[in-house]
Amino acid sequence: MGVTGSRATIGVELKSAGKPLAFEKDDRDAIAQMAARYPDRSSAVMPALWLAQKRFGFLSKEAVAAVAEALQIPEPEVAGVATFYSMYNLAPTGRHILQVCMTLSCSLLGADALLAHMSKKLGIEPGETTPDGKFTLRKVECLASCGTGPCLQVNEQVFQELLDPASVDKLIESLP
Amino acid sequence: MKHPLGNYGPVVTPAGMKEPILFGDFATAGVETLDGFRGAGGYQTALDALKNRKPEEITEIVKASGLRGRGGAGFPTGMKWSFVPKGSPKPKYLVVNADESEPGTFKDRELMARSPHRLLEGILLASYAIQSHHAFVYLRGEFAFLEPLLAQALDDARAAGLFGKNIGGSGFDLEITLHLGAGAYICGEETALLDSLEGKRGQPRTKPPFPAVEGLYKCPTVVNNVETIQSVPFIVKNGADWFRKWGPEKSPGTKVFSVSGLVNQPGNYEIEMGLPLSQLLDKYAGGMRSGAKLKAVIPGGSSVPWLTPDQIETKLDFDSVAAAGSLLGSGGAIFIDDGVCVVDALLNLTHFYRHESCGKCTPCREGTHWMEMLLHKIEDGEGGTQDVSTLKTVAEQILGRSLCALGDAAAMPILSVLQKFPDEIDHHLTAKRCLVNERRESVERVRRAEPATV
Ligand SMILES: Cc1cc2nc3c(=O)[nH]c(=O)nc-3n(C[C@H](O)[C@H](O)[C@H](O)COP(=O)(O)O)c2cc1C
Ligand code: SF4
Ligand code: FES
Repeated sequence: MGVTGSRATIGVELKSAGKPLAFEKDDRDAIAQMAARYPDRSSAVMPALWLAQKRFGFLSKEAVAAVAEALQIPEPEVAGVATFYSMYNLAPTGRHILQVCMTLSCSLLGADALLAHMSKKLGIEPGETTPDGKFTLRKVECLASCGTGPCLQVNEQVFQELLDPASVDKLIESLP
Repeated sequence: MKHPLGNYGPVVTPAGMKEPILFGDFATAGVETLDGFRGAGGYQTALDALKNRKPEEITEIVKASGLRGRGGAGFPTGMKWSFVPKGSPKPKYLVVNADESEPGTFKDRELMARSPHRLLEGILLASYAIQSHHAFVYLRGEFAFLEPLLAQALDDARAAGLFGKNIGGSGFDLEITLHLGAGAYICGEETALLDSLEGKRGQPRTKPPFPAVEGLYKCPTVVNNVETIQSVPFIVKNGADWFRKWGPEKSPGTKVFSVSGLVNQPGNYEIEMGLPLSQLLDKYAGGMRSGAKLKAVIPGGSSVPWLTPDQIETKLDFDSVAAAGSLLGSGGAIFIDDGVCVVDALLNLTHFYRHESCGKCTPCREGTHWMEMLLHKIEDGEGGTQDVSTLKTVAEQILGRSLCALGDAAAMPILSVLQKFPDEIDHHLTAKRCLVNERRESVERVRRAEPATV
């Protein structure tokens, strides 16, 4: 019996970006400021990884190396953090990450139907990205909006009470 | 009510009270701004305490109030604070647990979104009490949309001299750092949270040492839930006896319950501790939707044993819920209707725990995996009595043998369902199919119907 829980998996290989990556001066300054907000600069790994993800698209081997270099922290430690948290993307994603909550309260309110509808509308399975690079569809766990499910987080924003397929379609179509 | 940061239900006045405590803030227009909050007397209690009271006095009031942690474990807050060693030369830290990721729980989000300065005032008081000069708010990654709002509140408060050096001329200094997680339920566990805050994989530590003695960067640290911290200003302002006017002796005060499931009016309700579960459901949440019959209740977030409808008069306070065989937990009450298959629901939760297991200890890492697989088999009509007994054994083996409470959280609901719904489990074994899914269509109709207005 293997270990398949994503968080429990260790030694995940990071993908290559295919080229070296480095932070520009502004980002380096921002990372220095992050480090200054904590008693120990190692605490800035998570905010720096967020910045790297925003800047480089996903956390490749090279992006992780850039964070390690900027904070002067061993690369394997940074890689360990990057591979533990589910919101750090280890592969390229679409412009909009559509995250459907599948946990119990939302499931009681129709999360399965919502996911099925979106999957059909976008023509992709959960975990996949549309060929035009616009949408990534994902199943996620409880988003702390359980009273107003089923809910969907689009990038940072949460949309709730998505019961009506037409309103879901409208939402998807409204995304740039 | 439609709020820019979410759809929130109506604010109701708890039975027997003139007004709610925590939710009382929401009645003040503009309370989310510094001016609005200060206009209603906000920060006065903290400023007064910093200047005129000793830190120990604050701890004593909170201790005497009997406030118990609202994050799940219900540990007495004042007592936790008093464990911080006084003579220690090391810096001390306050960490607010805003990771809110226990399925069924969505109260901290509403509290922070609607009254961010109350959280900051609570942080000021708690930090002063334990003499911490650096506090942290650990916000779950999915709450990134709340970060600008909290950062703004903090900037405004700092500009007004409420944070930083020599606050209000008291000589007390305090800095606050907001820290954004990145998606991991386990980071709600306090020691995993501290590891995460130190820039590591968020995996629980062995206890003892407890954080109050050796926490963040090996320094004395108090970790408290958002709701706990937001309660503090009211208690310090009005006194311990005032807080004890509500709720039973050992669970005083009010508590915010998050209600979800097929009820007419889901949402957060602040009620007096010790009210029966039936009142939360019927009086506040408007009862089950028409066509949906109550089958089970998970009273304290997904990690606790299930209750059955015959236990609906169970009082909602820490000890009464424990006496009924469950736990008050985070107060996330999930009402499960008869259109739901208990095996399917358990499978959903077990998948969650398997996915969120941090992998540090074997019983949980391997056990959650086994349990999910067995539940799958049973739900799919491929299970036999042997699978049910293996499921029970695995759950029993996890219980009490895992490093943190996540293992127990995965096992307890399963054991309670095996005990309370034997017929429904048996049906899966004998009929080789699910009892409920045969009625799926009518269930879908109820789900899609508009809830009754209450
Ligand atoms: C798996 C797990 C998840 C937890 N998640 C949370 C959470 O999201 N928020 C929270 O406040 N406490 C959570 N807790 C409880 C914390 O460990 C801790 O007891 C709490 O933050 C202490 O604050 P309190 O005393 O104010 O309740 C969790 C515990 C476990 C074992
Ligand atoms: S019980 Fe589970 S989540 Fe907790 S330390 Fe062990 S493996 Fe990690
Ligand atoms: S179960 Fe979906 S938000 Fe909590």
